[in-house]
Amino acid sequence: MKIYIRSSANISPQQTFKHQAFPFKAVAYTGNILKAIEPDYKDIIDVKMVRRMSRIVKMGVAAALECLKNAGEESPGAIVTGTAYGCLSDTEQFLGSIIALDEEMLSPTSFIQSTHNTVGAQIALLLQCNNYNNTFVNGGFSFESALLDAIMLLREQEVTNVLTGSVDELTGLSYAILSRFGLYKRQQVSNMDLFATASKGTIAGEGAAFFLLASQPSPDDHAQLEGIATFYKPGDTTEIANHITAFLAAHSINATDIDLVITGKNGDIQNDAHYDRLKEMIFIKNELIHYKHLCGDYPTAVSFAVWLAANIIRTGQVPEGTGDRVSKANKLQRILICNNYQNLHHSLILISA
Amino acid sequence: MQIYNKHTPVFVAGTGVISAIGNNVPACLYALEHEQAGIGEISYLSTLHRQQIPVAEVKLNNKELSLLSGLPAGISRTALLSMIAAREAIDNAAIENLSALRTGLISANTVGGMDKSEQFFIDFLADHTKGKLRDIVYHECASATKLVADQLGIRSYVTTISTACSSSANAIMYGARLIKHGMLDVVIAGGADAMTKFTLNGFNTLMILDNEYCKPFDEDRKGLNLGEGAGYVVLVSEKVAGSLKSDIYCKLSGYCNKNDAYHQTASSPDGKGSYLAMNGAIENSGLTPSDIDYINLHGTGTQNNDLAEGTAIKRLFEPRYPKMSSTKSFTGHTLGASGGIEAVFSSLSAKYGLIYPNLRFKTQMKELPFIPETAFSKNEPVRHVLSNSFGFGGNCSSLIFSKIS
Repeated sequence: MKIYIRSSANISPQQTFKHQAFPFKAVAYTGNILKAIEPDYKDIIDVKMVRRMSRIVKMGVAAALECLKNAGEESPGAIVTGTAYGCLSDTEQFLGSIIALDEEMLSPTSFIQSTHNTVGAQIALLLQCNNYNNTFVNGGFSFESALLDAIMLLREQEVTNVLTGSVDELTGLSYAILSRFGLYKRQQVSNMDLFATASKGTIAGEGAAFFLLASQPSPDDHAQLEGIATFYKPGDTTEIANHITAFLAAHSINATDIDLVITGKNGDIQNDAHYDRLKEMIFIKNELIHYKHLCGDYPTAVSFAVWLAANIIRTGQVPEGTGDRVSKANKLQRILICNNYQNLHHSLILISA
Repeated sequence: MQIYNKHTPVFVAGTGVISAIGNNVPACLYALEHEQAGIGEISYLSTLHRQQIPVAEVKLNNKELSLLSGLPAGISRTALLSMIAAREAIDNAAIENLSALRTGLISANTVGGMDKSEQFFIDFLADHTKGKLRDIVYHECASATKLVADQLGIRSYVTTISTACSSSANAIMYGARLIKHGMLDVVIAGGADAMTKFTLNGFNTLMILDNEYCKPFDEDRKGLNLGEGAGYVVLVSEKVAGSLKSDIYCKLSGYCNKNDAYHQTASSPDGKGSYLAMNGAIENSGLTPSDIDYINLHGTGTQNNDLAEGTAIKRLFEPRYPKMSSTKSFTGHTLGASGGIEAVFSSLSAKYGLIYPNLRFKTQMKELPFIPETAFSKNEPVRHVLSNSFGFGGNCSSLIFSKIS
């Protein structure tokens, strides 16, 4: 069964929200924190509702609503959301007030908004959508789980479309904590030079991307979602290569049938070495582009890559500044995303015209 | 890949549970039969609300849970609880050639390792270079799932779901669908949540906690009691079920996930989402409402939930109401674990014909033409059990467990 990406919307540290603007011109940042460029929410969400929403909820809901609008669809057959950390700033706020006020005289607002299903729930509430609604919170596989759920729902043929996406926010506290775990570069870098730094660590990011997947084609489809595979904690590059080979075989194609590869390079010297070796082992003749310098690294960043791939196929154009791409002549019919988060959560997503 | 078939059966082959009424399935069953609630004064959680708010805690400290689970005592209590119940479930299923099968773990929780994050934050908020990193490493919901998957050696598919109080019902539904799609042979599905200051204070600010023992579906109900625990069922394909030496429990014959789309924390007065979930599960199973013999209610004991759920039941089942009860009158509301724990109780109900009492029920709700069961009974003619899990964000899910005839 074929699955069509009918529409998309993406709020990220780049000018990605209005998809007519694709290919976007890359925004350069200095420093290791890439925050989303947020649209004017009043144009997208009911003003009374906007005031009550926290930042991550606004980002997620706005991306979801814009995605539906791009498809000309009022309400989807199902809503499936992925988020690794959920509503961090509400969680931090409620935790902070428990400590500061010693468990007394607390306000419920941040607690109410802290639950991980808040974004999916608010989308349903605004659309008055009573259909299937699920939220996956599986770290670096949260978006992949949501995508698999959406694919299964379409194969079950009880609905013809599914709104699916992911959202994660970066807060001052989460940056402080994850820095102590050594995730980010110690020196300040420019995102446009991220892959030239040859040092440990990456840069932090955030974003919300949503897609309307459908079981029937429509004239304005971006692309087709051919397949997805995930694998956890591979031992070495050879094991990653074996997974890629098996994935391509399962789709009856070779590496040479792929027009563009989008990698999960994030500027960390060890992480990126995998992709350099995969270029020698499998993608010898392929062109590789990268995306994490544009949106920063976070557990659900792969949804940015899916948005990028779908829109490259939609427009036939690759945004400048996405990496090693040299020729502009070849057709862009089939894109493979080879992503990973923290070298633990690896995923392969195949998107075609 | 095998093509999805709606009619591919999925069976429950094992169960595991830890809750305030017992550390395993037989202990919980004993308490249910002898009407021993697990609710009481707070004795493990460190909080200002001790002696003020009754809760249903698992009666073991983290050291004791560590010994029982084989995991270190310093990790999140949620992971310890999850491990104990998940292992009981897979041991109980006694699948001989498990390593040759594609086995998944679908686990749910609502606040991950919040019990540890709250400790970390005390020092961290005062100074961002302080706070032990080993206390924040369990923060994300996926962390408990990962620890349990690693310990049980599960690699084929692992994921985590969080949809508030319906979390583990959705984990079970998702697990069953993975089997129907031919992606997995065996799935351990359910959820866990430990008592935390975060949730206790959160529910307290919403003013929906009863300061006495909760009275679900009673006219004079005042709110819910929070609980903690974990519950898992082992779902298997027909092929695996046929290879088992032990008796399978029942068939998971139907499920449905709907959204109330009414309010972030409150249910719609007519229980629209609850109605759609129950009705959808019955349709999904190919049954009619008259086939349901027992409903394990969501039944939190709040004014809002019980009225919404009751109104939806009235609409769906009128005029012939199945027997029903809320086992939250024993276990408290275990949030992300509740769908898993109640799936275990529902599986036992379908297998042995058990009906559980709804403790402390006195007065019929004036809006409803039915009352819950007040006595334990066994060897009842239970063919199909409906288990409800409804929650924040309007997430409503219902599961149906059917006796194997």
